[in-house]
Amino acid sequence: MFIKEYISDVYQGVRSLLKGMKKTGYYFVHPSEIITQQYPDNKDQLVLPERFRGEVVMTHDENNEHACTGCTACELACPNGTIKIITKFDVTPEGKKKKALDTFIYHLELCTMCNLCIEACPTSAIKMAQTFEHSVFNRNELTKKLNQPNSKIREGVE
Amino acid sequence: MFSFQQWAATIHQWLQMHTGNWVVFWECVIIALLAITLFAVLGLVLVLLERKVAAHIQIRLGPNRVGPGGMLQTVADTLKLLMKEGLVPDLADKFLFNLAPFIVMMAAMLLLAPIAFAKGIQIWDINIGVLYVSAVSSISVIGILMAGWSSNNKYAMLGAMRSGAQIVSYELSAGFSVLCIVVLSGSLQISDIIAAQENGWWIFKGHIPVIISFVIFIIAVTAETNRAPFDLAEAESELTAGFHTEYSGMRFALFFLAEYINIFIVCAIGATLYLGGWMPLHIANWTAFNSIMDYIPSSVWFMGKTFALILLIMWFRWTFPRLRVDQLLTLEWKYLLPIGLFNLLLVTLMAIQGWHF
Repeated sequence: MFIKEYISDVYQGVRSLLKGMKKTGYYFVHPSEIITQQYPDNKDQLVLPERFRGEVVMTHDENNEHACTGCTACELACPNGTIKIITKFDVTPEGKKKKALDTFIYHLELCTMCNLCIEACPTSAIKMAQTFEHSVFNRNELTKKLNQPNSKIREGVE
Repeated sequence: MFSFQQWAATIHQWLQMHTGNWVVFWECVIIALLAITLFAVLGLVLVLLERKVAAHIQIRLGPNRVGPGGMLQTVADTLKLLMKEGLVPDLADKFLFNLAPFIVMMAAMLLLAPIAFAKGIQIWDINIGVLYVSAVSSISVIGILMAGWSSNNKYAMLGAMRSGAQIVSYELSAGFSVLCIVVLSGSLQISDIIAAQENGWWIFKGHIPVIISFVIFIIAVTAETNRAPFDLAEAESELTAGFHTEYSGMRFALFFLAEYINIFIVCAIGATLYLGGWMPLHIANWTAFNSIMDYIPSSVWFMGKTFALILLIMWFRWTFPRLRVDQLLTLEWKYLLPIGLFNLLLVTLMAIQGWHF
């Protein structure tokens, strides 16, 4: 029995090693599989993965309307205080007061691109953009206001 | 036909005419210069090859900025290492610390002597060639232990100790697999071993036992040259850089170079023993095919086989994860050594009965 186990050990070991070598050998002889992007050279035709996380942006439609209700779920979800939401009260035509977004402040210099705010958002108002060249000469430029001037909340978003 | 043998004969005659009794001295000088040139060129080529192979296996591009396609990358690296300051740690044993890289390098250089690079091109066709190789290749472990001990660094010490245990154990397996070929050829002399493969390489003539011994040989020499998956002596995730942690500048470059030279040498030995050295691929009774194969220079055959084996070892390095110390010793003492011993018995039986072709 011992001999049988021993031989099957050797066989299994060799088989698994060969399996690994087959995979790497395949990559070695197929240069088309190479995923390296020669970044500064191919700046124009750069292809980023779909889920690449560059910075948080707020989506606005053609009427300059966004979907943010100012609920501060993202602010609470953020682990390192990147987001600060200032709310105001809009008066509806019926004369009722309604909480709305005044300013969405985003500190890019604090952000770790963890994606928690995007997952927390109930109305999908914010998303991750694919931009990644964030270097600036003045640190203040990294503190961004995400909602565009004069933008308001889209009709029907609660 | 292009042949190094004629050149060597011409140079020998010319030297005999002009220098008389000093001919051996001048030939030694020429050979030393050639060996150093070979080392430098091999170091540059192999490091670049390794980086390119690693990159392609890991779906990367590898060095591609310095020179056309990154060809001059290693030249630039060597220039950088030459100009760097070689630091010696404060409490290191200065003499041994400086001596160690040269011991490792010297062991590699000595191993060059019995290798047949082409038909009739061999520095020293010693009659115990294979024994000489296995004896001299153990010297490098002294250099490694020296480096680890004299660095006054616990990581270096640990790396050196591991390397010592590893090389001592794996030498046995390498020795047994080499013995298989010695038994079949009936000679320890490299030129005789090559001559015995004129009608077919041992790996084809020797059936399965020789293939097993070839596999054991490749595994053992990968371990002996301290390469992944057996690079416990360096193990950068555990021991920073192992025995050469404290080395910098040109002394570090010597260790690095010796590693690659050792790979070349063990692959050359493997090619000589199993793949026929400089002997072209001959198939019995195929006269036309054999004469075409004869037309390819013997140096090209030798280099081709050696580089094929080097590629195989590089393929191992970038595929397999590193073994733990206990796994390493288990592999040697519980698997390779018993299989190797049993295999040697089989090969001996085969040689006595004349079952090989």
